[in-house]
Amino acid sequence: MFAYVIRRILATIPVMGVVAIFVFLLLHLTPGDPAAVIAGDYASPADVERIRETLGLNKPLHVQFFAWTGRLFQGDLGISIFSKVPVIKLIGQRIEPTLALATTTIIFAVLVAVPLGVLAAWKSGTWIDRSVMIFAVLGFSVPIFIIAYSMIWTLSISLHWFPVQGYKSFLIESGFGLEGVCRDTGRSGCGLVPFFRHIALPSIALGLVYVALIARITRASVMEVLTEDYIRTAHAKGLSSRVVLIRHALKNASVPIVTIIGIGIALLLGGVVVTESVFNIPGLGRLTVDAILHRDYPIIQGLILIFAGVYVLINLLVDISYTFLDPRIRY
Amino acid sequence: MAEKVLRVAPHADLKNLDPIWTTAYITRNHGYMVYDTLIAMDGDLNPQPQMLEGWDVSDDGLTYTFTLRDGLKWHDGAPVTSVDCIASIMRWSKRDGMGQKLADFTKSLSRIDDKSFKLVLNKPYGLVLASLGKISSNVPFMMPVRLAMMDAFEAVPEIVGSGPFIFDKDAWVPGSKVVYRKNTAYVPRSEPASYAAGGKRVHVDTVEWIYIPDAATTMNALVAGEIDFWESPAVDLVPSMEGNPDITIKVIDPLGTQGWLRPNHLNPPFDNPKARQALTHMVNQEDYLRSIIGDEKFWSTCPAYFMCGTPLDTDVGSEALVKQDLEKARALLKEGGYNGETLILMDPTDIPVLHGASLVTAQMLRDIGAKVEVQAMDWSTLTSRRAERKSIADGGWNIFHTYSTGADVSSPIANIGISGGCVEKAWFGWPCDRDGPDSLEGLRDAFSEEADPAKQKAIATKLQARAYEVVPYVNYGQWFQPTAFRSTLKGVLISPVPFFWNIELN
Repeated sequence: MFAYVIRRILATIPVMGVVAIFVFLLLHLTPGDPAAVIAGDYASPADVERIRETLGLNKPLHVQFFAWTGRLFQGDLGISIFSKVPVIKLIGQRIEPTLALATTTIIFAVLVAVPLGVLAAWKSGTWIDRSVMIFAVLGFSVPIFIIAYSMIWTLSISLHWFPVQGYKSFLIESGFGLEGVCRDTGRSGCGLVPFFRHIALPSIALGLVYVALIARITRASVMEVLTEDYIRTAHAKGLSSRVVLIRHALKNASVPIVTIIGIGIALLLGGVVVTESVFNIPGLGRLTVDAILHRDYPIIQGLILIFAGVYVLINLLVDISYTFLDPRIRY
Repeated sequence: MAEKVLRVAPHADLKNLDPIWTTAYITRNHGYMVYDTLIAMDGDLNPQPQMLEGWDVSDDGLTYTFTLRDGLKWHDGAPVTSVDCIASIMRWSKRDGMGQKLADFTKSLSRIDDKSFKLVLNKPYGLVLASLGKISSNVPFMMPVRLAMMDAFEAVPEIVGSGPFIFDKDAWVPGSKVVYRKNTAYVPRSEPASYAAGGKRVHVDTVEWIYIPDAATTMNALVAGEIDFWESPAVDLVPSMEGNPDITIKVIDPLGTQGWLRPNHLNPPFDNPKARQALTHMVNQEDYLRSIIGDEKFWSTCPAYFMCGTPLDTDVGSEALVKQDLEKARALLKEGGYNGETLILMDPTDIPVLHGASLVTAQMLRDIGAKVEVQAMDWSTLTSRRAERKSIADGGWNIFHTYSTGADVSSPIANIGISGGCVEKAWFGWPCDRDGPDSLEGLRDAFSEEADPAKQKAIATKLQARAYEVVPYVNYGQWFQPTAFRSTLKGVLISPVPFFWNIELN
């Protein structure tokens, strides 16, 4: 097992190398010039060229690539072309909101979807099953932004239960919360209560699609397991339906469920872009979009490398989790 | 007492902090928070002393003596000196068009003492005060000499100004939030605030710029009271807020914005003035403005190259633009050598106003018999593509659209679109009309050398008439961006640039 994990981690190195080359070339061969964006509408072509020169963008591509990879090996992701802030600091500023959104979303999705899927499988063919499946189809079909705006209109604007937008850190200097630095300078501070008030609507809006996805897979997987001989045997032994469902059916149906949750976490990284925009959460998704629109190459390169690393890591964790869920699987 | 925080949703994210390094309007607005200017434009577009106590001009008009007012301090506590100002002017003049022009006329710029300095011209120049009081990008903001001595093509590493607010670097989250603290050491002028001039009295402790990329979210945040001021609401969302007594909708930029249809003067058929004149006959401003703005109270047709409602406003030469004539346009396009080739129109789909204008132009070109290929791209791609002087066969272009604020086009020198400086000096599209005193460049030079406003107006009128012959660009209309803010705010200033002094939170 240990050797397998090491092998998999080592295997990520060439993957990341290919990602790095691909991303670098793709970005630099795509039309768009950060120097022109910086110089603005009123700059002369000579000014734009001068800025390109100071940014080093007029050097041959291979020189720029080796300079970037050289810094990368020293753990330096570079400096934003526009804000002159180190990329690692920018990512550091944005990672907490994205991680918080992704975590609360996936927790919400799993807590809602798995019971719904099991219930639908158990009551297969009944109105409960059909209701869950209609909910799942809706969750897939309705775009996130429609769900988000509807929730904002009803729960924030009309009922004033939640704020419209923004993010509050759960880190707080003192009081109820984890120790940390509150960057908030506004009227409401940081802490767990402001955090949950701000993250609730985005998590639900983003989570509904994953509820639909996980509930469908759970239902199909549990339904398949429920036809197995050992389930019939469990019933024959006089075990209650609840015990049969949770201890025998759900556990044996969990491999595809865990797989889809893992895929869901990876997909979340893409899904957060819209949610972060609608709820104005300063996370990695928005940082990526802004950087692409402005051709801020160091930020885009750094983010894609990190995203690729997260994908690889999640896949590894999912594969390892199989060994705990199914004793037949060994590496 | 609770901290008074003014929360603003700006029109864009503040990415660059150096307003000399970039011309981006958001950085210009940031500049006005942090820095101050020697001279500032008032509501009548007259230059007024701001950091200066005043100035003297010699009888021959060649020597300007400037004196700083008392009490000026940088945010680090050091006093503002004439050496700081000289270095700042020199750095600015390397980047700004009006600054470069001023530098061309400058014989020397030298210190007299810590509070005064002298500008000596090599020949009379009528725009010295207008240049130093320029209200829009690049604004000649003053910086400490250690920063102002830096290369103008590199951004300054720290933000130290002498303006009414102090930039809180630790609280800055690029792409999300900018925080400014009241500069308690700032001494405002005694005059009332007017445009960029007058007393910059700050009535709040902190101003937060919260960048919200989604317009609907910004509107909801304003309605819910989570922000106080929305600089540039999407015009189609304005009706949703108009009936709300908690929200005030107001046009605070009286100069407005001008749309530009920019042909490439290097590539056929628009290398021929007849073909460019065809565009003037083709454009109906009303079609554009209804399409991109909609509500009539936020736009007006305007044939003036230097904006309607400004001192240089005139309709001379504009007959072709005022009355659309597609048949005439078709005939002129043919006379201009158009032979049915495909015209390349670059369409920045991520900027709704320009995307709308591009689609209107494409349809009008088809209406006059042209074949058009609308190439969709984002603005970043367009900014690099437009710099290409290639032929169409090699990936060049024929037309793109942009817009410019009134503050940037209301003077022949500031209006870079009207320059006929050819590939060496003209803006992208490269109009070429520089031979003789009656050319675009000849008239711009004459304007810059003239100090008498009446004579300047006469020259600008001739310049506009010439522009309608050369057609450096076609003006597709003037519109006025509304601003939305909580009705509890008092003292929001009318100005082409949004200023956050003078505002009181009730």
